[in-house]
Amino acid sequence: MKELVVISGKGGTGKTTIVAAFATLAQDKVMADADVDAPDLHIILDPTITRREEFRSGNLAFINKELCTECGKCRELCRFGAISEGYVVDKIDCEGCGVCYNFCPAEAIEFKEEVSGEWFISETRFGSLVHAQLGVAKENSGKLVTLVRKNAKMLAENKGKELIIVDGAPGIGCAVISSITGSDLVLIISEPTISGIHDMRRTAALAAHFKIPTAVCINKCDINLEISQNIRSYCQENNLKLVGEIPFDTVVTEAMVHRKSVIEFSQGAVSQEIERTWQNTTRLLNQSGEA
Amino acid sequence: MIVGIASGKGGTGKTTVATNLALSLNGKVQLLDCDVEEPNAHLFLKPKFHGSESVGIPIPQVDEKLCTFCGKCGEICQYGAILAVKKKVLVFPELCHGCGGCSLVCPEAAISEVMREIGTVEKGVVRGVDFVHGRLHVGEPMAPPLIRAVKEKTNNQGTVIIDAPPGTSCPVIESIKGSGYVILVTEPTPFGLYDLTLAVDMVKALSIPSGVIINKADIGDRGVDQFCQRENLPVLLRIPLERRIAEAYSRGEMMVDIYPEYKEKFRSVISEVKRLIGE
Ligand code: SF4
Ligand code: SF4
Repeated sequence: MKELVVISGKGGTGKTTIVAAFATLAQDKVMADADVDAPDLHIILDPTITRREEFRSGNLAFINKELCTECGKCRELCRFGAISEGYVVDKIDCEGCGVCYNFCPAEAIEFKEEVSGEWFISETRFGSLVHAQLGVAKENSGKLVTLVRKNAKMLAENKGKELIIVDGAPGIGCAVISSITGSDLVLIISEPTISGIHDMRRTAALAAHFKIPTAVCINKCDINLEISQNIRSYCQENNLKLVGEIPFDTVVTEAMVHRKSVIEFSQGAVSQEIERTWQNTTRLLNQSGEA
Repeated sequence: MIVGIASGKGGTGKTTVATNLALSLNGKVQLLDCDVEEPNAHLFLKPKFHGSESVGIPIPQVDEKLCTFCGKCGEICQYGAILAVKKKVLVFPELCHGCGGCSLVCPEAAISEVMREIGTVEKGVVRGVDFVHGRLHVGEPMAPPLIRAVKEKTNNQGTVIIDAPPGTSCPVIESIKGSGYVILVTEPTPFGLYDLTLAVDMVKALSIPSGVIINKADIGDRGVDQFCQRENLPVLLRIPLERRIAEAYSRGEMMVDIYPEYKEKFRSVISEVKRLIGE
């Protein structure tokens, strides 16, 4: 079984648009939306949820006012400034480290497990989708990403599917690291802007850090021809496979407004280039792990 | 006044708004780029940097001569960052949050703490704007401690603009917490709308008043406008999708340099924000 993770470094480069198009093109696969912070894939895939689970991760501290003697020990020890002068734990600031709970001399602190999101298995017109929604102002998106990927893998195994396509998280921090570790191929969707190329480099460095084969697709490649050329050269120098160059077209937004993938919506230049990108990506995927 | 600029999803024009806003305002202005995973504001503003400092988190260092391998450290650690096995203690630096629990609990005082660098904070200045950003080292999972370090540089004079990372999870919260107002930048598309609803829930959870700037205002559909009306969210500015703006952006040029009339528009955004929060 192969796992492809599509990421973008900077958001808004068209990652989800391309994943949705791939979903239309690929046969025999399971989809996973690992952008648990701002999942958008469901908007196009229109899933029917068949299984819904709570995501529990980590504990938070609560001070029991009846037992608290206001000795100040917890406030002194908490490194995250989460306990107020009135001895109330701020749910947002608390990192759940448990230090206060372990050292409170009055044993006035409870340490309770938190529900910090939900995850789902759904059916869509393109096959099964595993997705999630992190609760508002909640932590541990990395753990939720891992959970989504794990369930996608189990689902693929049960259904005998050979491919998992993952819509990855933005950035280069914990959520992205959890999105890509152990996958077979990372596809970076870049755009030819000075911030786009900057972020692409950082993202490619991250994939290299974890030694994952990496491909690049330039989206909106005609917005700035010079920077597109720079991205091409960068790919060549760094042994990154350039799998596609998709032109800018407002049809992408129109398709989204109609809640369709670009491939379903149009047969124009964008769709054709995405098909070529998909073929190149499949070829790389099939090669991965063989060497 | 501290104004946070955020958006549920990336690529909506958050950095465009933050940087152009910074160049438009009169008086003292400070811009803190808190998107330490992918800092971009400096690419557009091109500040002259004049200082950089290392930011780290304290991680445990175990003196195995004192250690009795009792395993208490591994029990207290909530993140699986330290583990005593037979005659060895394993530390996984990337997982450590630097809470200090293990060194506190160790009965033999065998654990001391050392700083592990996770990134840098750089300070600079450009066209009268005081500029600060953080850069997370590639491969480091934990952005919040670096974001806190960037925010410690707040000078609390005039207007402080915070460019937050995209999304609604811990790094974003860390960035906008403490802001007097948050401007949410969005696009009028189904993706933009969904991510805006998440962002609005987030600012509500933090009890920070917020308004919206609609970027690429002429694409997509009416969903975002209808949502803003329903939620009573002021639409502070609409920026149309113009090829010239997009091209200038791709080259890293500032919108207010190409369309100077936007300076006035950005100034009005801030006056409106001040009026709304009664400053
Ligand atoms: S659990 Fe840790 S972060 Fe939370 S309040 Fe207690 S000491 Fe602070
Ligand atoms: S400092 Fe806290 S997070 Fe780090 S290893 Fe010790 S107990 Fe774990």
